[in-house]
Amino acid sequence: MEPMKEPRDDDLKVLPRGSSVADVIRARELLWNLTLRDLRGRYRRSTLGWAWSLVTPLATILIFTLVFRYVLRIPVPAGDPSGLESFALYLVCGLISWNFIANSVNGSMDVLIGNGNLIKRVYFPRATLVIASVGSATVTLGVELSVLGVVLLVVGSPFLPLLPILVLVIAFQAAFVLGLALALSVANVYFRDLQYVVAILLQLGFYAAPIIYPVSLVPERAVVAGLEIPVATLYHLNPAVRFVEAYRDILYDGRIPPATTFAALVLSAVLALGLGILVFRKLEIRLAEEL
Amino acid sequence: MSTAVSIEGVSKRFRLYAERNQTLKATVVNRRRVAYEELWALRDVNLEIPVGSTFGLVGENGSGKSTLLKCISRILTPDEGRISVRGDVAALLELGAGFHPELSGRENVYLNGSILGLSGRALDKRFDDIVEFAGLERFIDAPVKNYSSGMYVRLGFSVAINVDPAILLIDEVLAVGDEAFQRRCNEKIAELKASGRTIVVVSHALGVMRDLCDQIAWLENGRLQNVGTAASVVDGYLGQAHVDRVEEKGAGTRWGSGEARIEHIEILDDSGKPTTSARTGQDLVVRLHYNSTRRITQPVFGVAIFALTGAHVTGPNTKDAGFDIPAIEGKGHLDLAFRDLPLLQGTYDLSASLYDSAVLSPYDFRHLAVRFDVEPGAPAELHGGVVSLRGGWSLTPYG
Repeated sequence: MEPMKEPRDDDLKVLPRGSSVADVIRARELLWNLTLRDLRGRYRRSTLGWAWSLVTPLATILIFTLVFRYVLRIPVPAGDPSGLESFALYLVCGLISWNFIANSVNGSMDVLIGNGNLIKRVYFPRATLVIASVGSATVTLGVELSVLGVVLLVVGSPFLPLLPILVLVIAFQAAFVLGLALALSVANVYFRDLQYVVAILLQLGFYAAPIIYPVSLVPERAVVAGLEIPVATLYHLNPAVRFVEAYRDILYDGRIPPATTFAALVLSAVLALGLGILVFRKLEIRLAEEL
Repeated sequence: MSTAVSIEGVSKRFRLYAERNQTLKATVVNRRRVAYEELWALRDVNLEIPVGSTFGLVGENGSGKSTLLKCISRILTPDEGRISVRGDVAALLELGAGFHPELSGRENVYLNGSILGLSGRALDKRFDDIVEFAGLERFIDAPVKNYSSGMYVRLGFSVAINVDPAILLIDEVLAVGDEAFQRRCNEKIAELKASGRTIVVVSHALGVMRDLCDQIAWLENGRLQNVGTAASVVDGYLGQAHVDRVEEKGAGTRWGSGEARIEHIEILDDSGKPTTSARTGQDLVVRLHYNSTRRITQPVFGVAIFALTGAHVTGPNTKDAGFDIPAIEGKGHLDLAFRDLPLLQGTYDLSASLYDSAVLSPYDFRHLAVRFDVEPGAPAELHGGVVSLRGGWSLTPYG
């Protein structure tokens, strides 16, 4: 071993409390490797391997097509201006957006506890684990979207020119989801009941977003116990509603989402990410002892 | 001399949960998150570790030495005080932490390396060294779940040591793998030491610490008890704190037919008390407690002592010594007494065996079963070697 070039690092640096955003950015190679670990580990023992990530969404589309064409004949909202009339595709366009949120949040609940041994024994910016978990969910989303995209092109959806806008929407959604994941993953270490609460909330969330029904079915107002409640306004406070709508606007209808939707996306991404970073930085200090 | 690690007024508090369930119910019932007691693992510790030195931390279990190491490596964050470091820090705390069982050795080297802060380019450059040092050339593309625990640890050590940091933290990992690998680890650490890296090491093997370290800090109940040259602190620590481990488990293996067993191995000091620490020149007894399920005629007991380098120091057995044991049945013990122990200061491993009369098939072989330390005594030979040959000096001036 060659002698150390002295001095290798000139000054005595005080160790910071926790890790900064800069630490995380510096660890991008680790981020990449952790994401790869997630993805590589996923289909490792199966014969078809990665082909499953294509087969699964295709099967979903097929099943929904069969069910809604022959069994549940729900009136199909026609794509405007695309003119598409397939409830299965209508549903999948929304579902794919919701699944990204649900899978990321679900995956993040376990990511710190599952890597407890690592956290207790090695220092590295802890947030990288959460970011890598959301990263791998984003890759899954990408694969599912390309399968859906091919199907949509075959049936004649004109979404292709809107692809850059879709990428933008996905970026906002990834930021939103990352914020949630950061806050929930670390809070779950201190308060393990959270995962059950979140599981219930996700179930509620599925029906509180326009996935299996169009937004037009949501009433403007409702009267409950003599109180008039602005249902539609409240409904639209749910960021998941906006993300589902944005996906459907682009993919199913083939139109640019309205500015109000965009404003909501940006706002929810910024708020969630800000809150997530705040909570994570506060709670990561004692992470190694609480695990 | 400049400072590599500066520890100023560091305190660390742990929460001991009375009942470790972080649940809604506990929160509601107790009106707080969970009931816990506080324990100060470190209390107002001040230390300066000079650049290029090898610095040891000793103390009983729970004295805070590993906590301090984890604070320096940023795994834990102190509640009070501050720690400053010069240059990058890498820790050998738990080897192979973060290996993914389904991934191959190769993939895990890259993953583990990047967890430890190595870039992909640096890993490309060092990959062959890492694999060669671990001795896993043939298995590097197999999933690590198929590795033996020895292979696992070797690969972990090899990645960690190749991080090549300015400051290396080591916690009780000097005794990993087989003898040959241990020797290479010790060589590697000596190499790092010679090339000017700062090393901070925690170990119970006081003999090793005495040889390896320039300075040692002694912690007790989270407070700094003493800091100074290795020899002075170890002696002080031994004087104060020695009613401890009766039998320290070595890293060894065990085989044999099992019809008769060496159930327990004791090392007794000159007053007949069990100990794990002897002194050069004192009397020492190795006591083998046996239990034989049937009558065995002409059994042969053996003891072997090894230095940490793997050197076989001595290996007496009852047959060679002409000590005739007609038969054993049931329980009993056999003593092997060393008068005026000639072993020099250091850490040693002891094996014990029980063979048939022809010394061909073992009933019980406990390889490297016990580890003990030898402290310097008389004759004092403080500059290396494993035994004193008790040479006598004489001076004859001419004229």
